[in-house]
Amino acid sequence: MKEGVLEKLKILAESAKYDVSCASSGTTRRHKEGMVGSASGWGICHSFTSDGRCISLLKIMLTNYCIYDCAYCINRRSNDIRRAIFTPAELIELTIEFYRRNYIEGLFLSSGVVRNPDYTMERMVHVAKELRTTHRFNGYIHLKSIPGASQELVHEAGLYADRMSVNIEIPTEENLRRLAPEKDYKSVYQPMRYIQQGVLESAEERKRFRHAPRFAPAGQSTQMIVGATEETDRQILELSSSLYQRPSMKRVYYSGFIPVNSYDKRLPALKQVPLVRENRLYQADWLMRFYGFRADEIVDDAYPQLDLEIDPKLAWALRHPEVFPVDLNRADYEQILRVPGIGVKSAALIVATRRHSRITASTLKKMGVVMKKAQYFITCGELSIQTVNEVSPEHIRRLLVPRRKEKTGSPDQLSLLFPE
Amino acid sequence: MLVFRYDKSFEGLLTAIFDAYTRRTFPEQLIGPGEPLPMFASELFDVLTDTQKAERVWRGLGKKLRREGCNLLTHVWLSETAGCDDLLLRYIRKVFDSSGDVSTDFADRDILEARNIALKVSREAEHLRQFVRFRKAADGTFYAPVSPIYNALPLAIPYFRDRFADQRWLIYDLKRQYGYYYDGQKAREIAFADGETPPGDELTEEQMDADERQFQTLWKAYFDSMAIQERINPQLQRRQMPRRFWKYLPEFNF
Repeated sequence: MKEGVLEKLKILAESAKYDVSCASSGTTRRHKEGMVGSASGWGICHSFTSDGRCISLLKIMLTNYCIYDCAYCINRRSNDIRRAIFTPAELIELTIEFYRRNYIEGLFLSSGVVRNPDYTMERMVHVAKELRTTHRFNGYIHLKSIPGASQELVHEAGLYADRMSVNIEIPTEENLRRLAPEKDYKSVYQPMRYIQQGVLESAEERKRFRHAPRFAPAGQSTQMIVGATEETDRQILELSSSLYQRPSMKRVYYSGFIPVNSYDKRLPALKQVPLVRENRLYQADWLMRFYGFRADEIVDDAYPQLDLEIDPKLAWALRHPEVFPVDLNRADYEQILRVPGIGVKSAALIVATRRHSRITASTLKKMGVVMKKAQYFITCGELSIQTVNEVSPEHIRRLLVPRRKEKTGSPDQLSLLFPE
Repeated sequence: MLVFRYDKSFEGLLTAIFDAYTRRTFPEQLIGPGEPLPMFASELFDVLTDTQKAERVWRGLGKKLRREGCNLLTHVWLSETAGCDDLLLRYIRKVFDSSGDVSTDFADRDILEARNIALKVSREAEHLRQFVRFRKAADGTFYAPVSPIYNALPLAIPYFRDRFADQRWLIYDLKRQYGYYYDGQKAREIAFADGETPPGDELTEEQMDADERQFQTLWKAYFDSMAIQERINPQLQRRQMPRRFWKYLPEFNF
């Protein structure tokens, strides 16, 4: 492999790392004769960088040259950074050699826009096609769809990719236009619709012909930058919730805004990355996807922002003391899931155990229930402990908010450790 | 107190259970060969491992338990934790002695404990799938050293066999001195005899493929470039990727 590849790899990884999507899940594909690799279904994280984010796919850009000038992006054309272009052959060799050493699950290819969206998309599709057909790569491929790319190209991409994504980036169209003058919501939603159409058509086809080609079998995902504009958590979560209603949308990612272009006056001057807010949004996202919460239960007119001190489930529980205490020996699975401190796994254990014997507080602890939180919201046949209705929600809140001086999770600590 | 002595193999354990049911006496403790008798042992029974008896017990379990239930038993066995054989004995007795499916009664101490141990073992198997790193040897074989805390390597082998079916590989557990070699057709268990040198932590320069160092350099460069300085969080990194795996990762040791 040629000398320049190391430098290119560094430059193009630097440019790609701000995209937070990392999942390699959603497709199960066993090894096929004469091909390289498989796809594992649940996705495997192969490494974790020093910021604690996982590396699952080789997340890389084909090039970081870009004709656009989006205020929030490190690769905007007015930035004076090192630029590089990978040749398809270099990228393919890297992917396959890394893959054979169990470093990665596959390739996540993105690109800056060169010449026009279609030209860029075509080059990305070319890499995916080469990888799948000539090099018989059977691992995971995630392709970013370039906003504004044509339906034909999106359709071809879907035949080689497992997952596709188009990033919304900014949660309202008005602000997107302000920060990225070359983009609008049409250029984002149009490729999203193409992908969805491809997924649905392929599913329909496969009902009739078992060997009809699969189209992006792991669906699509998107990402929003949090904290670059003034949108509330309510606006963000309502948008996510409407995106999740689309049949092919599997994940919405939230990316705490990192001021990579601090000179741009359209952007807020943040002292630190809003990591806690990002974390709370992911928790809220989980509540919507796995716990049966609606967006308007988590945030509403009275509470448009998520509580940064306590998690959204606890916040909801403290606002609704009338639902509690939940009797673990009688309540439905759905009700048990709403108890703070009880997750999907422990709720399933509780429901399974109830068929044999009564649930007691000591078993709960061993099952992995966080009793520190759960104790105020449950009864389980024993002497009633003090529940949220005896003690006031305000008091419980005071008991459960972590003390200020703790090291973990405090954003102030980060800025101290790593001053500009 | 009745004590059974067996050869510390899984078949031996199943044979012990078979013998206990035929004798209608159940040991309060299991010991291995050479272990001292517990203080209040009044009777010692030596179990002779018998594959046929073991298979009958295993088949019987297959009828009473769902597949996950049987997997749970092997997971607990592979944990190699002290007393896991006594736990399995109590667990299996509960399975045979009840009319229904006891494996979901997590209010029972043994059943919950077995589930928690099995969970830890399967997490270790997942860690192997995540953090095994192959080095390419000059002869084209891919080599990976591991030393998991539980004996979870057999559980991860189906993944490697499926994914790396078109390359020869060797994954070697340095702690337990055995491994699996896949020759392009089948993966089989191997161990090195006394005279042979077992593989070490790292391939030597002569053993290594000419391009291997280069790809390790590329991977490390990629790994370092992916970190976002504004978000550095080593605690989170260590929670997701425990320190004990770092010694075999090229992204840390190069």
